Amino acid sequence: MKNRRFIYTKITFLLGLVFIINVSCERELSDEVEFATNSAAGEIFTDSPIGLGTNFYFPFLGSKATAWTVDDSQGYESQSSMRFDVPNANDPEGSYAGAIFRTDGAGRDLTGYDALTFWAKASQGVVIGQLGFGQDFLDNKYQAHIENVSFSTNWVKYVIPIPDAAKLFEERGMFWYSAGTQDTGGLGYTFWIDELKFEKLGTIGQPRPALYDGEDIEAQSFVGTDGEVNIRSVTFNLASGENVSVVPAPSYFDWTSSEPSVVSIGDFGKLSVIGSGMAVITATLAGVEAPGSLTIEVLGAFEAAPTPPARDSGDVISVFSNAYTDVSVDYYNGYFAPFQTTQGQNDIFINGDNVINYTDLNFVGIGTFVDVAPVNANDMTHFYVDINVREAIQSGDFIRLELINNVGGTETKGTYTIDSSQLLEEEWVSFDIPLDDFSGLTVRNQLGLIFFISDATISNIYVDNVYYYKE
Amino acid sequence: MIKKNKQIMRIKTMLLVSFTFAAVFMISGCETDETQTVATFTELVMSDEFDTEGAPNNAIWNFDIGNGEGTAAGPGWGNGELQYYTDRAENVTVQNGVLIITAKEEQFNGSNYTSAKLLTKGKFEQTYGRFEARIKLPWGQGIWPAFWLLGDDANGSEVWPDIGEIDIMEYIGSHPTKVFGTVHGPGYSGAEGITKSFELKDDRFDTGFHIFGIEWGPDYINYYVDDVLYNQITPEDVPGEWVFNRGPFYIILNVAVGGALPGSPNAETVFPQNMLVDYVRVYKNSYN
Repeated sequence: MKNRRFIYTKITFLLGLVFIINVSCERELSDEVEFATNSAAGEIFTDSPIGLGTNFYFPFLGSKATAWTVDDSQGYESQSSMRFDVPNANDPEGSYAGAIFRTDGAGRDLTGYDALTFWAKASQGVVIGQLGFGQDFLDNKYQAHIENVSFSTNWVKYVIPIPDAAKLFEERGMFWYSAGTQDTGGLGYTFWIDELKFEKLGTIGQPRPALYDGEDIEAQSFVGTDGEVNIRSVTFNLASGENVSVVPAPSYFDWTSSEPSVVSIGDFGKLSVIGSGMAVITATLAGVEAPGSLTIEVLGAFEAAPTPPARDSGDVISVFSNAYTDVSVDYYNGYFAPFQTTQGQNDIFINGDNVINYTDLNFVGIGTFVDVAPVNANDMTHFYVDINVREAIQSGDFIRLELINNVGGTETKGTYTIDSSQLLEEEWVSFDIPLDDFSGLTVRNQLGLIFFISDATISNIYVDNVYYYKE
Repeated sequence: MIKKNKQIMRIKTMLLVSFTFAAVFMISGCETDETQTVATFTELVMSDEFDTEGAPNNAIWNFDIGNGEGTAAGPGWGNGELQYYTDRAENVTVQNGVLIITAKEEQFNGSNYTSAKLLTKGKFEQTYGRFEARIKLPWGQGIWPAFWLLGDDANGSEVWPDIGEIDIMEYIGSHPTKVFGTVHGPGYSGAEGITKSFELKDDRFDTGFHIFGIEWGPDYINYYVDDVLYNQITPEDVPGEWVFNRGPFYIILNVAVGGALPGSPNAETVFPQNMLVDYVRVYKNSYN
């Protein structure tokens, strides 16, 4: 019996070889075929950086560049690990820690792996913002990451499943991280990562991609707009039974537009609005259909607001305009709870121009008083704004502009009411208002809020070219 | 018997080495029998290859219907299970050469889930033999499929656990790389069952088909998964009477939802969940 069983196994083995040979006979390789020569190494850091070359650590803008070191005093089952010192939020050298590890030279062939894995611990229980791979500061084509990862004070193994390893035949972005102090009251901490490597676990399964968390989203747009499906995920099930959600770059997906003449799909999953009509954008990831979609209703060509005249920079203080350089602004929608209903802000970008779209308008404010300098309009003579009402206008409709000086201090405010006769449906109207016409505005050296108030008489407007100027 | 185990370990090592080739071999559709290492029972006496579309073959299979109310086990089938078993096509059907048992999340006769449970009771029962099935398992918290045998109860005159229970394969969906094989009898029922688990180190049970089987003879039950014999249970291993030499057992295939063992499904559990059964085969020893 014993011998016979071994023979069986060998037969299996030989048959396997025969099959391989047969297959290769049926599919001959052409002369042009070049075999991949990229390194298929999986290790990134074991006791020291592995195969990354000499110039591989690139910090994020605004982060503390010295946050990463090799710690030779501790490691996971070793004496060495990567140490990350997340700075205090008020550290003058950088308010957080974050960087990419990009292999120096040719990318690696990661097609044989299914996850990036590592062991990690922290100086205190802490939630790390983002950890991933595929970010190379070039195209970031196959960026992928997990978010809000809980680290404890003892070593734990973490798994970041690769959304579709078949695409990673030449990848330079080995690892990236971003960690701040939002959850620690601005106080720094340390975490360690060891045994960082790509692995073929085989125990990762049930990939479930999704767009917009599986919701069907509708949006309106204009010819000339570019964009992408900006909420994407793929959730995998691990051997532990745990589900892990990864955020994949658009390039991992295969995108479909129901009407390519309305919305076309370009490189990196970029959506370009090129014609009028309706298009539904859907996607698959590694052959698995992603629930969720984006339906784009294209309203035609966008009629831009009139371009403001050229002015000397000393004669204008711009709050929102592509014609001038804007001052720093806290926000274009303060979302004041609980009474404000208004949605939307500067989220239309078309043909190089930013436009504000306020919807569900009752009132909304543009703020310049929280973290930025208020506007000193002492030398200015006029307030200018372009408004395009996106609905039928009834008599009694109005938009009241309100400017508030010294917000939170000794407030003074001035108002100017635009009545229905001054507004046009779906057309831009320019308002060029002497500041003296804002009744009540006795002081204007610290303007902190510009309110648009309709009391819901008008609910949908575009706004562009908001600025003060001197005649 | 120890010697036998050693052989199998060595074969397993070789198979791992030739992993790629084995994969090609499987795809080629060669008879899976040839890959079996437990083969002292070679005479096929019953098989359902699930080649006829529609309802399962009623010459082989019965159904348990309901939530257990009115049975000896009571509501929850003795385990606090949450499903209502039906024989509707949406819970049990044969398609494309496989039996599909589907656990659904739906309101049905007072239960929040439906599923199916197939039995060969009164239609196919056998003492000893090799019982195996090729199955792709479902997954997720609260999902509890099983391929198991119960001893004939002589028309109700004998009761569990005296009749004996051989769980060829049990699995909970929150541990997708692990199955376990168990026997229950008097003095070793419920949580006291004699059990051993088998874990895949580089694969899962819900992403492909795997073969689950026992080879059962007088005073022994051998458990295997694919090519690996992972346990043997003999009368020495059980703290009570060995009730597996006493008469025929019948086959059960089911997918339970919830219950004491897996716990309840949670928000992350994906429904519906399918258990796919490629075949069920029973062999006997040609010397019997």
